[in-house]
Amino acid sequence: MLKEKANVIRRDIIEMLYESKSGHPGGSLSACDIVTALYFKEMNIDPKNPKWEERDRFVLSKGHAAPVLYAALAEKGYFDKSELLKLRKTGAMLQGHPDMKGTPGVDMSTGSLGQGIAAANGMALAAKLQDKSYRVYTILGDGEVQEGIVWEAAMFSAHYKLDNLTAFVDFNGLQIDGKNEDVMGINPLDKKFEAFGWNVIKIDGHDFDQIIDAIEQSKNTKGKPTIIIAKTIKGKGVSFMEDQAGWHGKAPSQEETEIALKELGGVK
Amino acid sequence: MMKKIATREAYGEALAELAKINDKVVVLDADLSKSTKTASFKEVCKERFINVGIAEQNMVATAAGLAAAGMIPFASSFAIFASGRAFEIVRNSVAYPKLNVKIAATHAGLTVGEDGATHQAIEDISIMRSIPNMTVINPADGVEAKAAILKIAEYNGPAYIRLGRSKVPVIFDEDTYEFEIGKGIQLSEGNDVSIIATGIMVSEALKAKDILEKENIKARVINIHTIKPIDEDIIIKAAKETGAIVTAEEHSIIGGLGSAVAEVVSEKAPALMKRIGVNDTFGESGDGSELLAKYGLTAEDIAKAAREIIANK
Repeated sequence: MLKEKANVIRRDIIEMLYESKSGHPGGSLSACDIVTALYFKEMNIDPKNPKWEERDRFVLSKGHAAPVLYAALAEKGYFDKSELLKLRKTGAMLQGHPDMKGTPGVDMSTGSLGQGIAAANGMALAAKLQDKSYRVYTILGDGEVQEGIVWEAAMFSAHYKLDNLTAFVDFNGLQIDGKNEDVMGINPLDKKFEAFGWNVIKIDGHDFDQIIDAIEQSKNTKGKPTIIIAKTIKGKGVSFMEDQAGWHGKAPSQEETEIALKELGGVK
Repeated sequence: MMKKIATREAYGEALAELAKINDKVVVLDADLSKSTKTASFKEVCKERFINVGIAEQNMVATAAGLAAAGMIPFASSFAIFASGRAFEIVRNSVAYPKLNVKIAATHAGLTVGEDGATHQAIEDISIMRSIPNMTVINPADGVEAKAAILKIAEYNGPAYIRLGRSKVPVIFDEDTYEFEIGKGIQLSEGNDVSIIATGIMVSEALKAKDILEKENIKARVINIHTIKPIDEDIIIKAAKETGAIVTAEEHSIIGGLGSAVAEVVSEKAPALMKRIGVNDTFGESGDGSELLAKYGLTAEDIAKAAREIIANK
């Protein structure tokens, strides 16, 4: 069931990017299964009441993966699916990067890398200060952890024992200029977060059982935040996009769109 | 002798009061709580005082998250770091989503003194007022600072409050003073020249008025505590009725109060102007008041500019 949902979302991502002629398919498709698990299995939310105070929060720290978030929100019923095809167009609701003021269901405006995890900390801390039981989820890109603020935030989450925070790293190994390890090495990422005082879980980010199990573990971990380092494939689901840095921020042509949709079990 | 208090002291007092009256207020600091005076909040409300360590960018983004979840965070640091180091986070994570974050920026301007150019924020008004949704406040004395802090805690939206390190003369009466965001205050009558000042330069402007008075020049002194949104009406009126304006700020002459006033005047009521401020240069180490003199920010400098401009009317 989650697998089917993820497939629908992947198809929506391809269609919306084709229509907008710009955007970020690679990192949207790699994070798709995690986002699907959060929105269709884990998070305590109400699409009819997007601002509900007790809701779980989601911060897409890697804001350029906005298409996966928009597709999930539309599928969940936050807004009409027709909005998806207006992505990035002048006057449209769906901005190139998430805008919390303009889009129902978006909990934080993101896009400038590294800031989302710090904002997620703020939300998690606010829950503690106000004695609320909601959880905060965030997804970081692997390239994103090159930003200094990520480590300022990582120190903070552990120092303030934010065990109501679950962060994911969408570890697809690629960033705009190529492989992470060629651009600026980030490994060993698990040891780094461990040293910063986090509970670290490593999973296959396309295996729903592992994703859900890891989230459960994070909920049962007391006194420290959890980071789920999810090994993913950039462009997952579309053969010619898979593991290609070139598909970080490029829209598919009509022909490519048709092939992609066919592979994802649908037609344009 | 006139009572003196630093506006950062007033910030500390206001926070201690807010701790009691508003349980949504949370104070963040980046390891400067004794200097920024947020320690006074910590003393009375330890649970809502958050030290982020030496990490101003993280402080501002964390504050954004707190505000997104319904709290009223006051993120505090030296003005140079709050406006400079954290600029892009203030822009993208606070102002763009219009979150209810208050940036309390202490140790602004030349009068931070001995620490020198690296610690003297003389560009912060310019930077902050160029960001959409941002309210920019620069109080003239301790009374105004305290009132401003209490007021912006009630205002829902991003705000930048500029505070100073050094003790400055108290101008206003605590019992009668009322702070209104965006409303300039006329402090003296006069139609020969208008002196429009902000922050600690308001007391210098009042001294300049006294100097000019002895020469039979009547100066209208206006305190602009809110640089954005600026009080256009009071500026247009001053331009029309006096035809000559001197602005005074402890800030670069580029992009600050002088520029903001010039924008209004040039479009709505052209008048001769001179800007008193730091003349597109970095500061240096030294005693605060000596630096004000060296960089041309004294009452006498204001009076001189007023005389020159009147001569050209």
